[in-house]
Amino acid sequence: MAAQPLTGYRRPDGRVGIRNHVLIIAVDDLSNAVVESVAKAIPGTLPLAHPYGRLQFGADLDLFFRTMIGTGANPNVAAAVVIGIEPAWTERVAAGIAETGKPAESFSIERHGDLRVLEMAARQAARLLRDASELSREPAGRGELLMSIKCGESDTTSGLGANPATAVAVDRHIAAGGTVIFGETTELTGGEHLIAARCATGEVRKKFQAFYDAYVAMVERTGANLLGSQPTQGNIRGGLSTIEEKALGNIEKTGTAPVVDALAPAERPVVPGLNFMDTSCAAAEFITLTAAAGAVIHLFPTGQGNVVGHPVEPVLKITANPVTAATMGEHIDLDVSGLLQREYSLDEAGDRLEAIIDRTVNGRLTCAESLGHREFALTRLHPSA
Amino acid sequence: MEQGRPPVAEPLTFLAHRAGDDVAVAVRDAEPGEARGAYLDDGATMTIAVRAPIPLGHKVALRDIAASEPVTEYGEPIGLARVAITEGDLVHIHNLRSARWQHSR
Repeated sequence: MAAQPLTGYRRPDGRVGIRNHVLIIAVDDLSNAVVESVAKAIPGTLPLAHPYGRLQFGADLDLFFRTMIGTGANPNVAAAVVIGIEPAWTERVAAGIAETGKPAESFSIERHGDLRVLEMAARQAARLLRDASELSREPAGRGELLMSIKCGESDTTSGLGANPATAVAVDRHIAAGGTVIFGETTELTGGEHLIAARCATGEVRKKFQAFYDAYVAMVERTGANLLGSQPTQGNIRGGLSTIEEKALGNIEKTGTAPVVDALAPAERPVVPGLNFMDTSCAAAEFITLTAAAGAVIHLFPTGQGNVVGHPVEPVLKITANPVTAATMGEHIDLDVSGLLQREYSLDEAGDRLEAIIDRTVNGRLTCAESLGHREFALTRLHPSA
Repeated sequence: MEQGRPPVAEPLTFLAHRAGDDVAVAVRDAEPGEARGAYLDDGATMTIAVRAPIPLGHKVALRDIAASEPVTEYGEPIGLARVAITEGDLVHIHNLRSARWQHSR
């Protein structure tokens, strides 16, 4: 298959994005209303609203700032307008984004009110949108595009078809010098020894094992019966019976490359290759963390049909379940259900996946983008003060 | 949605991941009776005497499994049999439990 030349937006920090968004970012729940108003006033900008950002502290607050700054800094973002209730945290988020060299304007609501902030922020948003419209795509190398992978509403067809097809694309991406982030810490249970064995060094293995042990200990401390949560009711309906079975199917999509590093949630990878990130297995939380780490495209194999998207990181869906492909076609970017009847080889499925990845890199909207799926879900490590 | 090529191969009802696995997955709805299956790793085929309706995506036992015995898929243990399982039975949460989640028994 002739490869399409890949193109992207090269940002001032050298990283390459595949979208060119101007984000209007709420620092906290109180700022959502004016953020939505600015985005309505300036069509073409993208609002980023969420329910948190007040009275967080400690490790939970660190993760909050890493996620908000990382999302604005993501190479799919051309520029950001940051709005918060008070100036200190608002300016901290904007300054973190501006470190990448892209424009980031900040506005705080106290001593101005929503309406004055609306006018000031909308004027800047309009200017940033015009400036962004003059940025153009340039040739980009496959290895320059940071990719993330996570499956959702998995069933047994994920392990048989969609995940092995994804693994072909993952192996090729890494062979091209690229970086891929996987995670889903609890969803390695039953196969965590397989990931540990693939860690490139003893140091990476120690980091991975520490993340895994801490997360599972937190889960076990609750004493909860996880049947229906992990695996989910959808997993069970699709035929998955235990966490071990789900994990082994999940791991299928990671391909064959060594694990070169183990990252904290939303931490930016620095070693090229396959990176583990310590994350929740909930789809929107996961993609929010990988987008904050700078991932510009997400491969999402699904069995029963998870419909998740993200405001900044396009999410591309792959299914091998013929019922899901037939009943939820508007959500499925690539149907590989023919793998179940061995109608084509895994390599051929990988070729088709690579082709649609390349088209998506070059500007084709994913199903989730076309349907307006923009889930943004912050991971919380503990309650607010 | 991108479409696959039209079917060219023989119809299969079950796929197993690895030779030696205790279960295979239905790739179409299966009714009781004889069904064809194949292993993904070596391509070997098998005939399975199915004892119960097994919906797409659900698992069939490929051998008799004693209560509390580990059950293997992907060449790895996926849990323990809650009760004795007979070859050809549906294998799911009613007769298989996690060996790992300590509170999900």
